[in-house]
Amino acid sequence: MSVDIQTVKRVAHLARVRVTDDEAKSFQSEINAILGFVDQLNEVDVSGVETMTSVLPMAMRKRADAITDGAKAEAVVANAPATEDNFFLVPKVVE
Amino acid sequence: MTELTALTIAELRDTLGRRQASAVEVAEAYVAAIEAANPSLNAYVAVTPDKALDMARASDARIAAGEARPLEGVPLGIKDLFATEGVHTQAASHILDGFKPGYESTVTANLWADGAVMLGKLNMDEFAMGSSNETSYYGPVVSPWRSEGSNAKIVPGGSSGGSASAVAAHLCAGATATDTGGSIRQPAAFTGTVGIKPTYGRCSRWGTVAFASSLDQAGPIARTVRDAAIMLKSMASVDPKDTTSADLPVPDYEQSIGETVKGLKIGIPREYRVEGMPEEIEKLWQQGIDWYRQAGAEIVDISLPHTKYALPAYYIVAPAEASSNLARYDGVRYGLRVECDDIIDMYEKTRAAGFGREVKRRILIGTYVLSAGYYDAYYVRAQKVRTLIKRDFELAFEAGVDAILTPATPSSAFGIGAMADADPVEMYLNDIFTVTVNMAGLPGLAVPAGLDSSGLPLGLQLIGRPFDEQTLFRVGQVIEDAAGSFAAPKWW
Repeated sequence: MSVDIQTVKRVAHLARVRVTDDEAKSFQSEINAILGFVDQLNEVDVSGVETMTSVLPMAMRKRADAITDGAKAEAVVANAPATEDNFFLVPKVVE
Repeated sequence: MTELTALTIAELRDTLGRRQASAVEVAEAYVAAIEAANPSLNAYVAVTPDKALDMARASDARIAAGEARPLEGVPLGIKDLFATEGVHTQAASHILDGFKPGYESTVTANLWADGAVMLGKLNMDEFAMGSSNETSYYGPVVSPWRSEGSNAKIVPGGSSGGSASAVAAHLCAGATATDTGGSIRQPAAFTGTVGIKPTYGRCSRWGTVAFASSLDQAGPIARTVRDAAIMLKSMASVDPKDTTSADLPVPDYEQSIGETVKGLKIGIPREYRVEGMPEEIEKLWQQGIDWYRQAGAEIVDISLPHTKYALPAYYIVAPAEASSNLARYDGVRYGLRVECDDIIDMYEKTRAAGFGREVKRRILIGTYVLSAGYYDAYYVRAQKVRTLIKRDFELAFEAGVDAILTPATPSSAFGIGAMADADPVEMYLNDIFTVTVNMAGLPGLAVPAGLDSSGLPLGLQLIGRPFDEQTLFRVGQVIEDAAGSFAAPKWW
C-alpha cells in the first residue's frame, strides 16, 4: 500500500502536526518506503494466531481504590507555558 | 595510583570501601573529565556538579559511618529520558524545553537509594527514536572511537548514544539507558561497552518518558559484565506505579558471574545469517561459538523462522504506540508553546516546531496505521506476527536452549552524517538483530567481542529466557574473559 499527498496532509492534521507542502512531499516518499518495507508482513499466514496484547503472561495488579496523592495544583501546573490561578491557559475555544 | 575515572564500578566499590579515595574526590575527577571532554563528545546535555558533590559528601558520611549501600559514591550518568526531580528532563527534544519534573523516575530513585551519585543528563536520539544519536535537538553525540588513521567523527549508535559515549570515554562509571528496539545494545556494541536490555517488566517504566510502551525497557550501559550486573540489581524493582513491572524477586546478578557454562546449551539461530552480512561479523560470530565450545558449552543450531518479520512488525507497533504516547505534547501542560489565536493552530504549530523530523515521521506513520480502515491491516496483523516471533523463541527455549548467541549489529559504527541521504529503512536495519528481543519481551545482553579491521568495536548479543538475566551475565562473562576489554585511545 502507498499514500498520496492528500493522505499525508490528512494524517498530519489528525496528528496535529503542521506540515508544509514540501515537507508533505518528502514525508510521502519516506512513508511509502516504510510501507513498502512492512508490506512483507502480508506473506505471513496469521490465520488462527492470537493478537498479542501482553508480551509476558502477567496478571494485572490492581491497587486499592483509595486516594494516595493529590492537592498539588501548583506542582501540576509548574511546567506549563501559561497558567492563571493554577489553571492551564489556552486560546479561547468557545464563543 | 590509577586515575579514579579509570576504575570500574566493582573497583570503585573496593577503593571507596578501603578509603583509598573519597566519594568527593571521585566525583570531582568525573566532573573535571566531563568538562574537558564534553565540548568534543557532546555526551551530556546537562551536567549537575553541585548535586554530584552533595551526593558524594553524603556518601562519604555513610562510608565513614560504616553504612555504605551497594552503589555508595558511584558516579552515574542518566539518560535524558528519565525524570530527575528539578533537573533537565527533555528526552533531547525541543518540545520539552525547560521541563523540570517535580518527581523522580523509579529507576533513578532506586539508584540514589542505593547510594549512587548523579553527574548529569545524557544526550540521546530525540524521544529515543534513532540508531545513531543524530536526531537529538542538542546535536549529535560523538563516539570516543575513531577509525585507525582517521579523524572523522563516528556515531556512538543510538538511541542511548550519550550513555554509550560517556561510559566508553570514562565520563561516568556507568549509565542508565533504555531500549525499545536496540537502543541499549546497538550503542554498547558500537562503543565497546556492555549493555543489557532486561526482560520487559524487570525495571519499572514509571517516570521514564514513554516511546512505545509495550517495548520500552530501562537497563544499564557499563564497562564490564560485572558492572552491568551490579547496576541492574539496583535499577530493577516491582513498582506499584507500573502495573507491568514484574512482581518477582530481583536476584543478586553479580553472583552468577564466574559460574561455569559447562553443559549449557547455546543456540545459534540460522536466520541471523542475513544476506550481505560482512565477513567480519560472520567471523566474530564464529569466534564466539568457538569460545563457548572451549568453555564446555554445547552449541546447537536453532531456527527462529519469523526473524525477518520482526523489523517490519516493529515499524508498525512502535510508531503506533509512539503516536499515541506523544499526543500529550500539546503546548498546554509543559514545554514549548507556539502562541496562536486558535487552539488547533496552536497544537499544530507547537508540534511542528517542537518535534524533529524523525519523530514527526514516526508520528505520521503511527497515526496512519491506526487510522480508520487500516488498523486491522497493519496494527492487528503486526501484533499477530509478534505472537509468532515470541513463539519461535519459546520453542527454542522449550527444546533446552539456555541462551542464544547472535551478532549485536550488522556492522561497526559509521561516520556522522554517513546515513543522511539514506532511506529511513536503511537506518532501521541497524536494529535487525536486536529488535526481535523487544518484540518478544526477552532479555538481551551486548558484550564487546573484538575490533574490526579499521579498529572499531564489534559486539555479540546473548538472548535469554524471560527473567533469566542471571544466565546472560554468567554466559556473557565468557566473552569478556576471552575477548578482553576495549578502550578508545584518548584524543579529546
